[in-house]
Amino acid sequence: MNFVCKYSLALIFTGLSVFAFAQDGHEQHDHSQGTQHAQGTEHLQTADPAGNGAHEGGLCGHSLNVEQEFNAGDNAVHHISDANVIHVIGDLYVNLPIILKSEAGWKIGMSSAFHPHHHGNGTSSSDGYVLVHGSVMRILDSRFHQGAFEIEDLTHQEIEEGGKAKTVYNAVIKGECVRLEAKTTYDGGILGGGVTSFSDFSITRNVFTMLLTLLILFFLFRTAANSATRNHGKAPRGLQNFIEPFYTFIRDEVAKPNIGPKYEKYMPYLMSAFFFILGLNLIGQIPFFPGGANVTGNISITIVLAIITFLISTFSANKHFWEHTLWMPGVPAVLKIFILTPIEVLGLFLKPFTLLLRLFANITAGHIVILSFVSLIFILGKAGLSVGGSVAGAAASIPLTLFMMTLELLVAFLQAFIFTMLSATYIGTAIEEPHHH
Amino acid sequence: MYAAIGAGLAVIGAGLGIGQIGGKAVEGIARQPEAAGDIRANMILTAALVEGAALVCMVLSFFVAAPK
Repeated sequence: MNFVCKYSLALIFTGLSVFAFAQDGHEQHDHSQGTQHAQGTEHLQTADPAGNGAHEGGLCGHSLNVEQEFNAGDNAVHHISDANVIHVIGDLYVNLPIILKSEAGWKIGMSSAFHPHHHGNGTSSSDGYVLVHGSVMRILDSRFHQGAFEIEDLTHQEIEEGGKAKTVYNAVIKGECVRLEAKTTYDGGILGGGVTSFSDFSITRNVFTMLLTLLILFFLFRTAANSATRNHGKAPRGLQNFIEPFYTFIRDEVAKPNIGPKYEKYMPYLMSAFFFILGLNLIGQIPFFPGGANVTGNISITIVLAIITFLISTFSANKHFWEHTLWMPGVPAVLKIFILTPIEVLGLFLKPFTLLLRLFANITAGHIVILSFVSLIFILGKAGLSVGGSVAGAAASIPLTLFMMTLELLVAFLQAFIFTMLSATYIGTAIEEPHHH
Repeated sequence: MYAAIGAGLAVIGAGLGIGQIGGKAVEGIARQPEAAGDIRANMILTAALVEGAALVCMVLSFFVAAPK
């Protein structure tokens, strides 16, 4: 294909991706708020009929199903978060298995039991669980813990609790306002989480994407390995030819120089880490289903990857390493106990910590920037009120988004490479043999 | 608001650091063109490490500014 062809294809691709972002449950926002409001009362609004923005709310707070002004920050955070359903387009959702544990026992099923509709809000509760903005929440009132109830509305309100202002979510069932609570998170309250009455072990969007990546990588490498065994001694062709440079690169540039002669034992882990992170980064860049899930930008995933590196490097460390870390020879004891050893121990934990933060922050920052550029269209078009503004927004946003997505491709490769290389370095320093002077 | 100022300051640090790395790397390549491959690999590695430090600060700012 010649240059013009390729360039227009890239432009069309990016332009289409804008629509994929645009339709993510906010299609209601694209229309004028005035006209839609008169017709859009198919959801019973116990919130004030005067409309959004009024601060009194209804008996239960502001309805989640009422059109809100376009908020770029909330929109961005929504797109990089995890969800229990995959929102494809409009009202089309891909339902995922849910596995929930509470004091009442396990609930295993599909998220179709919640009948997700606009904005990922469920219209039906099932065994006391409700879907709010794509995530599962639980009804605190135990009267509703058995069977299915129809949700008339979902609201959120600001209340004072323990001296601090909190946002709580409520559901309106049979005209009553029942409080909802989110799943248990162990973030110590930094991001508003905490231990609640139920834990969510479901197959969420991120888990689904990880399994998808697993399948893709497995088939890629199994095919390459099979053809490598079959064509032993002959020149590689096809998929094997494509994979071999990556393998050789990781082996010769990353593993051998950093780990040394015993590199073969750690090659499986390094290859797995590199391709897993690379695959997840690239899938996160695809704007439509089945891509678009922000997996490596989720701190839980990167924490686990860093922990694995930490465990491998700690458990393969030899005596020479511990000697040099905890009780280095040739230094006066006073300095060692009070300054050097604490610093070294801190460094032992800090190195995997920076590993996880680097990957998490790079990928999340990239996603947020791309989402902000796409939000330009809505901001300039006043969320659909002004077509001229939208066109100007698109003219500004599409080249910027194209550029950012190219940069993100580079960042995807780079971050996977950096993670693998630093893991190799840490393993290498742990198994280094003493060289005698 | 202060979280955004903090993040901006961190990016100044990252910009200075990576600019220095890039400058020295390019000088090195100018002095010895056959070492360009080695120099480029080391430059990218060091840049990612410096960027990691700046991003730690940025993530902290994000936690400070996170809506509850």
